[in-house]
Amino acid sequence: MSDFQNVALQLAESQRSPDWLQSLRERGALSWSSAKWPTRKTELWKNTPLQPLAHDLPSRWAAPTAVEWQRDIEQIDIDATQLVFVNGQFMVELSSELPVEIVRFADADAAQREVIEQKLGTVVDAERHLFAALSNAWAADGILIQVPRNQALNKPVYLLNVSTPEAEPAVSNQRVLMVLGEGSQAELIEHYVSADSKQNGFVNSLTEVIVGENAQVQHYRINLEQEDLLHMGGVHVNLHRNARFHGFTLAQGSRLKRIDYQVNHRGEGAHLELHGVYLPRNRQLIDYHTNVEHCVPHCTTNEVFRGIIGDSAKAVFNGRIHIHPQAQKTLAELSNKNLLTSPTAEIYTKPELEIYADDVRCAHGATISQLNETSLFYLQSRGIERAEAISMLSFGFINELLTQVPEQAIQDYLRPRLTTLFGQGSELLGQLDYE
Amino acid sequence: MLSVKGLHAKVEENEILKGLDIEIRPGEVHAIMGPNGSGKSTLGNILSGRPGYEATAGKITFKGRDLLEMGTEERAREGLFLAFQYPVEIPGVSNMEFLKASVDAKRKHAGQEPLSSVDFMKLARATSKRVDLEANFLKRGVNEGFSGGEKKRNEIMQMMLLEPELCILDETDSGLDIDALQVVADGVNSMRDGHRSFIVVTHYQRLLDYIVPDYVHVLAGGRIVKSGDKSLALELEAKGYGWLEGEVA
Repeated sequence: MSDFQNVALQLAESQRSPDWLQSLRERGALSWSSAKWPTRKTELWKNTPLQPLAHDLPSRWAAPTAVEWQRDIEQIDIDATQLVFVNGQFMVELSSELPVEIVRFADADAAQREVIEQKLGTVVDAERHLFAALSNAWAADGILIQVPRNQALNKPVYLLNVSTPEAEPAVSNQRVLMVLGEGSQAELIEHYVSADSKQNGFVNSLTEVIVGENAQVQHYRINLEQEDLLHMGGVHVNLHRNARFHGFTLAQGSRLKRIDYQVNHRGEGAHLELHGVYLPRNRQLIDYHTNVEHCVPHCTTNEVFRGIIGDSAKAVFNGRIHIHPQAQKTLAELSNKNLLTSPTAEIYTKPELEIYADDVRCAHGATISQLNETSLFYLQSRGIERAEAISMLSFGFINELLTQVPEQAIQDYLRPRLTTLFGQGSELLGQLDYE
Repeated sequence: MLSVKGLHAKVEENEILKGLDIEIRPGEVHAIMGPNGSGKSTLGNILSGRPGYEATAGKITFKGRDLLEMGTEERAREGLFLAFQYPVEIPGVSNMEFLKASVDAKRKHAGQEPLSSVDFMKLARATSKRVDLEANFLKRGVNEGFSGGEKKRNEIMQMMLLEPELCILDETDSGLDIDALQVVADGVNSMRDGHRSFIVVTHYQRLLDYIVPDYVHVLAGGRIVKSGDKSLALELEAKGYGWLEGEVA
């Protein structure tokens, strides 16, 4: 076992957790401790070295802190059921009163417990996803969102996860289970932020979503963390007949950030729409691994990821779509475009289509490029400074995805932050009100 | 306004312009015609400072200043405008943002305050009406999915907003139907005010029925081989360029 595996197990032992999660925790601990620690030769991790985890070995659980962080953190301005976690601890006083569909594991009644016991850990394959095994081993608190048949949550769920500075390296764990009954609808926003650049923190997060027949989920996963915060995350989804999952994710920050999306088409007519943006800079590393399993006929997938990699940052994108022999009439598309804005920036992109059915329509493509000189010249020929032209074009590259985000509050939150990210002089961008 | 003397220019090691002279005074409209490959577009690209186009000899003076010493942005802010033959599509950057950034840059250069968003949008809407573009074109990505005619009208709209002193129209008529040609020509004519100058680069005489030039020049082999008034264009239309070959050095 590696040092980090060892330390993580000790941290599990020091946790308080409900009895009824013991069996999941034990299974998780077993998978975790028996897993071979990834090296450069491990296919799923070959471009994503885990050294930063071992470098500052965490020694304890992150503690809840006072509310000083609120000065630094701006929340998404949205009318939603809000749940705030600080360093993994639920903040009652900062959170909304929870409707019946939402409950913390700690407060679950007998029926809800039964759902959690039956479903938690069943969407994710912890043998394949190392940090899902850790999440199981660390399972203690978490959130259950359960929407009954033919109902819709009347407000989006906004999960704000804040990490604040710790004196020594500390860890926190976040777990979400979402179960949508037949014909139901829900919107979930997961927002991860950190309050200060001196974090020394490690966040492990895992979300499992079961979308019942004809049900529909709008899911957002926004990771805007500081550089010293390490994050391992996963979003795992089962789609049943005619279910729809619309996902948008955006990541920035972290010396090591890995987010896995695993979507399983389990019922005919299911649709996945997944858009993602990654923007590593400085010495950050952001890795998105997506895997879509088409197990049945007549399902559709449209996946679009774009990245802008600057400075000495590195990004990894691995997009796999696996079409099983029986999954005839599948329509699947995967596109990944990357923009390198510095000679020392790196991108490793690998779209993987594995097709074992003969009557399917699939396309995939990946590009790596620099800004188009003709476009730059066009802007400059209208009097726009080259530096501003560069930031306009960079922003434009991801704005194509941003403008498609259905939730206006998220567009409004991200736009000024991203224009600031792409440099001065661009404060104009996106601020024009057309009406 | 603009004085070009003995201009030689190359593109990727190929010498395209070989001693071009042209003199443009305020308020004049000059048409430049010529066969394919004669260097018509190169002239516009050199004047606007496009990377890859290099002036190797000669002198260009714009409003009394050495144009070749100025960067692309500065030329634009000083009042030089090139309407592109092939306007560039830029998805993700809205036309409105692009236009406002251009106008702001020009105003800043002139020591003026930037227009407020509200004032700018009013101006942009009114201008899009002048070139017969629906206001929703302002929200779309720059030229994204525009037809050929819409792209050219968008160029004219930019010209109207930037109010340049010297406008270079690079084959603005190519790919236009008669209606669009009329719109573009009306736009240009509405900007003729006795001070503003135009260089109209075109293959065909047709455009010059709508935008009547003061001078017509024939560019061949990288030089102006013949100059005249608008009747020269009609002569070219009737006879082609072949009869001028003797004039090419």
